[in-house]
Amino acid sequence: MGMSLQQIVFGVLSIISIISALGVILSKNPVTSVLCLIVTFFTIAGHYIMLNAQFLAVVHIIVYAGAIMVLFLFVIMLMNLNSEIEPQKRNWLKYAGAISGGALLLVLLGALREADVTPIQPGASDIGLISNLGKTLFNQYVVPFEVSSILFLSAMVGAVIIGKREA
Amino acid sequence: MTIDWFFILEKIVLISGVLAVSLLVAMYSTWGERKVASIIQDRIGPNRAGFMGLLQPLADGGKLFFKEEIIPGNSNRFLFILGPSLAMIVACMTSAVIPWGDTLTIAGHTVSLQIADINIGILYIFGVVSLGVYGIMLGGWASNNKYSLLASVRAASQIISYELAMGLSLIALLMMTGTLSIKEIVEQQRHGGWNILYQPLGFLIFLVCSFAECNRTPFDLAEAESELNGGYHLEYSSMKLGFYLFAEYINMFISSALMSSLYFGGYSFPFMDSLGLSPNLVTILGTAALFIKIICFLFFFMWVRWTIPRFRYDQLMRLGWNIMIPLALANMLITGAIVLYRSTH
Repeated sequence: MGMSLQQIVFGVLSIISIISALGVILSKNPVTSVLCLIVTFFTIAGHYIMLNAQFLAVVHIIVYAGAIMVLFLFVIMLMNLNSEIEPQKRNWLKYAGAISGGALLLVLLGALREADVTPIQPGASDIGLISNLGKTLFNQYVVPFEVSSILFLSAMVGAVIIGKREA
Repeated sequence: MTIDWFFILEKIVLISGVLAVSLLVAMYSTWGERKVASIIQDRIGPNRAGFMGLLQPLADGGKLFFKEEIIPGNSNRFLFILGPSLAMIVACMTSAVIPWGDTLTIAGHTVSLQIADINIGILYIFGVVSLGVYGIMLGGWASNNKYSLLASVRAASQIISYELAMGLSLIALLMMTGTLSIKEIVEQQRHGGWNILYQPLGFLIFLVCSFAECNRTPFDLAEAESELNGGYHLEYSSMKLGFYLFAEYINMFISSALMSSLYFGGYSFPFMDSLGLSPNLVTILGTAALFIKIICFLFFFMWVRWTIPRFRYDQLMRLGWNIMIPLALANMLITGAIVLYRSTH
């Protein structure tokens, strides 16, 4: 047995995340796609925990799996999308999609080929623990942090204005 | 690599114990609910199965298991079964980070009566709670019934709305205690006073939001039988219906345990360090104290259900967004100001 427990967990998590990510794009039923995406989010959260970033993992689950995907599901359920009533896509759209996807893959490959990858020892860094993260955010990066909160504020104001339009 | 077998055994025993106790408490909550309802309505309540009807939950469970299982036509069979399973799994997951007691010393080993003391315990609970809505949403949608769909939409927007106020009310508590670990929060209350003394408004908001998160009256709009014929579990029968109902009672149990731990001292009780008893005995007494607090909360949940009528849906939303969230924000602001003042003086 040359594998450590961490390697086994990493392998299992990676396989599940790749399978579920494929499920998102391959499944015909949009609700199944959403469920596969939720599973993918969970496996990514698992990867964060392996990197000792527990806060990121939990926030990832709360925000993506707990809030955003609920809204996705909400919309899909209300629209009641099915494979039967889905309009047939034109052929040239499919080819265009395949070509642009392939082009993106080429760009990514070209960019990553020369990149030098420094392996990260799992558990070597404590920056993902919540107290360290908080101190870093509020000392070193306090201005970017506050600026990004203004972004959220503007989104909230926009939502309120859209909601108020009829009244 | 050496594996600490005692550690693994300890955790397995603890997990099975906590699960068994959750299920037992949930089972007898159904009995308690009927008895409380009957007392409030001046009736006798279940009294046929066993002494004071104590075997009634077993009879109910047996009946549910043997009922005919009906899966509606044209529904998504996989999602239809996934719904109640998810509701049940999510309800059982939360108990992992609640400290059920202090440490026991057994044959030289120190055993903590908490399954996982992670340093983000409260966030973990939020993560799990935010997943709770999937069980209801998937079940309601997969039933292929307009009433069920309406109920699942209601449930989703209700739970997301009240999660916000719940989180905001907790932030005030976190600013005061300075930790996200529930065990540490309980330990602080053991030596200081209970948090309810410092956070009365925060507790009130948290309590109201727990009612909404558990889908309990007066917030049970997702199963309003007068409008939706039973809501998201309208098409369910047999034990799948049982899972939905059971998950609600487990959620009630866990949120009672959470409120006791966060605001009422958890497993600590007055004078526990000055009794001069052996540490193991104090731990057991502490667990008993926690369960007494939990039972009080469970009674409160039932008391409210049989006293206060259901809200209308717009009232529910207005309460959540226009009253609970501003109140929680004000509470957060005041707490922040006091914490800042005390840290500089």
